[in-house]
Amino acid sequence: MNVFRAVLLRDLRVAFRRWSELAHPLIFFVIVVTLFPLALSPTAAQLREVGVGVLWVATLLSSLLALDGLFRGDADDGSLEQLLLSPAPMTITVLAKVTAHALVTLVPLICLVPLSAYTFNIPVAALPTLAAALLLAAPTLSVLVALGAALTVSLRRGGSIVGLLVLPLTAPLLIFGTRATDLSVNGEPTAAPLLLLGALAALAVSLGPLAIAAAVKVGLE
Amino acid sequence: MTDRALLSGRDLAVWRGERCLFEELHFELGPAQLALLVGANGSGKTTLLRIVAGLGVPTAGSVTWKGASVTELTGEDRAEIAYRGHVEALKRELTVVENLEFHAAIWSREQAFEQVLEELKLEQVAHMRARYLSAGQRRRVALAMLMLQGAKVWLLDEPTTNLDSEGRALLVEWTRRHVAVGGIAVIATHQPDEFAMRGALMIDLS
Repeated sequence: MNVFRAVLLRDLRVAFRRWSELAHPLIFFVIVVTLFPLALSPTAAQLREVGVGVLWVATLLSSLLALDGLFRGDADDGSLEQLLLSPAPMTITVLAKVTAHALVTLVPLICLVPLSAYTFNIPVAALPTLAAALLLAAPTLSVLVALGAALTVSLRRGGSIVGLLVLPLTAPLLIFGTRATDLSVNGEPTAAPLLLLGALAALAVSLGPLAIAAAVKVGLE
Repeated sequence: MTDRALLSGRDLAVWRGERCLFEELHFELGPAQLALLVGANGSGKTTLLRIVAGLGVPTAGSVTWKGASVTELTGEDRAEIAYRGHVEALKRELTVVENLEFHAAIWSREQAFEQVLEELKLEQVAHMRARYLSAGQRRRVALAMLMLQGAKVWLLDEPTTNLDSEGRALLVEWTRRHVAVGGIAVIATHQPDEFAMRGALMIDLS
């Protein structure tokens, strides 16, 4: 547990001292979301129709933008080797790193989504469900992104290939996430897709770190 | 000697495609022994050290520490082996002290490093971010991390790089002391004379 705390605090500290990099995915998200109303005919009904999908796709894309730093920095300066050699179990270390990454990239992003929902004329009543769906999707998304980052840690330029690896795997999140938000916009019960998102999160958090740790080990050999 | 061997490598071979870096390499190291790893650039010194540390996998053969394969060590057995590579494992955004505190935490060690910092003449920069350190100062922090871990086995990859003569003398002195109290050190170096001491084992990869 001490190791989890130490790694988490260290990663958060490093991230905040490079705060300008934290802003990149957020700005990307805002730009993508603003481009859509410009490209489409901006009638209120049509915007509401596409809004939910645009918000979800933009969230997935901007989370990819931030992932290169997850293991690359530690691999380059040698601290990943030391973490592997330390007696601390790698799954705990990985879980701490992924948590830190999610806190500094996904949480600010999720805070931006309700604001952007306003531009798409999505009713305020649907916002709690939208936020809940995003929060439930965040753990799964972080684990998938981390797995992609871990698999490409040995490549100099892993950025573009990670998108190809990870984006197809995010399809279930997109389907259940947009479904929950759509149902809530229409005032129907949303429990089923939210529960499925929760189940995916449980699966990702329990098994994900094992896979990520194994991928990091292979990557450094 | 054989019954005292703690760290041993058997039949080690590494092939990079068609090229053989080394094969049929054996070594056995007991308490209070120093091994110097020499060889031209590209002869496989770093590769061998990484294999001994458990980071790399040899094409053939195995390395054992107290009878167990180094890739499967856990807990305190794992912490007994310290590896220091070409890069110092410093986070540029953190101060020297923060780096050392983190290092102490992942090895579950005491956070008492004032004395080490003083011996390494790092007190002045202790609260400076690592990005502002010179290459030699970074090396010195890496040495502080090595001392902090308090491992029985030191695996050092060209540890004198970028160190001034005073720093090198300190490292040699610490290595002697480490070996004298029963430690094991494997050092890859281009200047074996600096570390030369009685009973040192030479592993020549060329």
